[in-house]
Amino acid sequence: MPFACIFVPDFPAEAILRAEPGLRSQAVAVLEGKPPLQKVYAVNENARRAGIEPGMAKIQLEALTEIVLRPRSALQETAAHAALLDCAQSFSPRVEDTAPDTVILDLSGLESLFGSLPKIARDIARRTSDLGLEANVATAFNPDTARFAARGFSGVTVIAEGKEAERMGNLPLDVLFPELTSPEPCEAAARLLETFDLWGVRNFRALCALPEVALSERLGRRGVGLQQLARGATSRTLVPVDPPLIFEEAMELDHPLVLLEPLAFLLAHMLDQLCARLAARALAVQELRLQLHLDNGFHFVEDVVCGDVDPDSNIHYQQNAEVLRFAQDDNTEPSGASTTETRFPRATRNVKLETRNSTFTRTVELPIPMLDAKVFLKLLQLDLKAHPPGAPILKVHLSATPAQPRTTQGGLFLPPTPEPEKLELTLARIAGMVGEGKVGSLQLLDSHRPEAFRMQRFVPVEPSGKKEEGASDNSRAPVTALRIFRPALRAAVTLHDGKPAHVICNKRKEIHGDIIWIAGPWRSSGDWWEQDGWARDEWDIALQSSVASRQSSAITSRQTSVGSKSFGDKNSLALFRLVHDLLSGHWFVEGTYD
Amino acid sequence: MASPLFPIETHAFAGVLEAKSASLLRKLTRKSPQAGITSASHLEIRPSPETASFGIRQVDALTGGLPRGCLTEVSGADSSGRTSLMLSALAAATCREEICALIDVSDAFDPHSAAAAGVDLGRLLWVRCGSHAQASALSRRRRQPASLQEWERRRMEDPVEQALRATDLLLQSSGFGMVAIDLAGTAPKMARRIPLTTWFRFRRAVENTPAILLVIGVESCTQSCASLAVEISRQETSRQSSVVSSRFSVLSSQSSFFREEHSSSRGEGCRDQDGPAKKPPHTELLTEIEIQLAVVRSRNERKAMQSVGNFATKTAWTA
Repeated sequence: MPFACIFVPDFPAEAILRAEPGLRSQAVAVLEGKPPLQKVYAVNENARRAGIEPGMAKIQLEALTEIVLRPRSALQETAAHAALLDCAQSFSPRVEDTAPDTVILDLSGLESLFGSLPKIARDIARRTSDLGLEANVATAFNPDTARFAARGFSGVTVIAEGKEAERMGNLPLDVLFPELTSPEPCEAAARLLETFDLWGVRNFRALCALPEVALSERLGRRGVGLQQLARGATSRTLVPVDPPLIFEEAMELDHPLVLLEPLAFLLAHMLDQLCARLAARALAVQELRLQLHLDNGFHFVEDVVCGDVDPDSNIHYQQNAEVLRFAQDDNTEPSGASTTETRFPRATRNVKLETRNSTFTRTVELPIPMLDAKVFLKLLQLDLKAHPPGAPILKVHLSATPAQPRTTQGGLFLPPTPEPEKLELTLARIAGMVGEGKVGSLQLLDSHRPEAFRMQRFVPVEPSGKKEEGASDNSRAPVTALRIFRPALRAAVTLHDGKPAHVICNKRKEIHGDIIWIAGPWRSSGDWWEQDGWARDEWDIALQSSVASRQSSAITSRQTSVGSKSFGDKNSLALFRLVHDLLSGHWFVEGTYD
Repeated sequence: MASPLFPIETHAFAGVLEAKSASLLRKLTRKSPQAGITSASHLEIRPSPETASFGIRQVDALTGGLPRGCLTEVSGADSSGRTSLMLSALAAATCREEICALIDVSDAFDPHSAAAAGVDLGRLLWVRCGSHAQASALSRRRRQPASLQEWERRRMEDPVEQALRATDLLLQSSGFGMVAIDLAGTAPKMARRIPLTTWFRFRRAVENTPAILLVIGVESCTQSCASLAVEISRQETSRQSSVVSSRFSVLSSQSSFFREEHSSSRGEGCRDQDGPAKKPPHTELLTEIEIQLAVVRSRNERKAMQSVGNFATKTAWTA
């Protein structure tokens, strides 16, 4: 059974370089620890050539100008590890999460799918590189051999079955001890390696040549196990993991970001990475969530602590990086960073200077699963333009909810529908113009309340090709439409014998005059058990207004001037719906029949 | 008998003339991209556009249907039936499973009327312009903009401007069977301010596509850009009364009335000059509006037998 191992050397540095590809050609050192005691945790190859090794203090690096220093980022290492798993999962369903920088895949049965083992190894290396990680890939017929080959040889390595000892003979013994590469190496492994060095055993070939019995007597089972590993004679089963479908990318910024344009560059890179990871898993995006950690500046926080009254009170003046305590002391020197007080006055005022951070979250829901980084970037840009964060940005966290990609097949004789990606962008642009909630499709609510409908996201219904029964275009008479005035127009109504006789609406000149014809009222009410109950009388009225007659005259005169048949000369009546709100007593013109 | 003076020269001259004219014709008919000259024989015959139903038999018979890939304009006064015609066209389009868009400039769309007309609301995209811009329009009248940025901001908030930009975006995204622009609630002077180039651009955007661009308004504002222009009004009565000059049918609860009886009289429940209403208003019910339609302009090859037609719309509670 063939196995492949993907090993990312200098993983913490690679995680940083994955987020900042522009630094790949420079010497980069990753620092860890609290200042001023920071130490080098990992370096890339360029930094190693410059003589920088893990464990060096930051002070030693300050003399070097060409070195780029970055703090260690757990977020980016997690994202890089997730990308590594996604890459492995795109080739094989059985993947072992061996270490943060190492994954092992079971390649059984994949040769008929992906080709020969060397081709599979090259494809894995290429896809890992597409995800922003430079990794070593090795294939062998047992997982441990593959692992050591990936750690020992750079690039792509293929070890044929039975050739393990021969191929790995020149590898140094420290490859057998991965724990030695961490800044806090294991002492037992270091001692074992030192023992081998004292014996003159420095590579795999020399270790394989040692007699097994003698090795067992001196080093016990551990030594024999190491020899078996060096020979490639071990066999074990993989412990596959099923990585959760979490697709997140995060980036911490050294300096707060104020403008949205530079943020777009960061988002573009993060979206490319996310889409590449999703594509590797044959998934698409259903929802995008952008979380920005904002820097809202500093503010003073005052705590007043009441204590015993002491006439000989002394308050020490202290200052450190985070706390300012105002004090008053006649005789003593400031006590530095200590916060203990011997005596307190009636009330101690502790004023702290704290940073105020907040989180700004925006969610973009997609009507159908999509996988287009450019469309996502545009949607995020439009959303941020409509809802700007309002403060400088310290950290960017982007997550995607995965979903199965949409599979549709168009029909030759079906009516065309808008492309989902284009439509989503168009709707986002229109929403930016007219406002959120002002563009979409309608859903009628099951209520008699006026304006009982809800705007919802517009998702085009796919045509089925079946015509509805009775959907003949000319089968039924057209329905008289009502045009609603939003908001309803307040009107002053004069009553005669209990029914409206004259209407004046200040906001609309055409709604002014005697009511020529009236029908009603139709009473409706509802939700009387709620706070926003309603009760109203509706009237249908006809008004003869001068503005309407001017409109008709204008149309008629133009018709006459061009020689067309004149019709509707004195068509100046307009039909309105008049509403009397029984709760407030006000009259409104709700709409016009047209 | 040929003239004795020039028998041979005439024939020769005619032959030379023929050859020269043929050569000239060949040169003229050869396409000259720099000069942009195309001979008449090479001009493409524009086929008549495919049409779709308005959803109203009488209107289809009169106009031939809504032309695809063209701009259609319906204009008429208030309560003339424009919106009913538009809803009918939308209903027919959604019945054909086409995706439609309605650019509502004055935010006057009534979903219940649309549902009663048969519009499939799941296939209709509603763009509501001007609801938050109306407030700024009020303030715009009171004070002048302080700066260019302020002027630009107010221009972007103008509902007509929003509607035109939204139409642009929707036509560019393509895939819509019908895009309807409702300018019926917009004052004619505002609609007239829309430059003709905008309508030309919209017409070019839908050309060679199956999309229908329908505009309804008070007056015609697209002018020659519209391939089909229709004017609509309520039908005039045969015998005009002094007060009631338009027709709409009313049903009384006490007895059924024919249309002629209504039109001949003052109308049940109508006030006239002679006296108060004879019947209480709660016995009246608006049932239908009779509409007259006239084709002002049409690019159909086949001309209709008549250019004026009538139809009636029923109210939702009697349909």
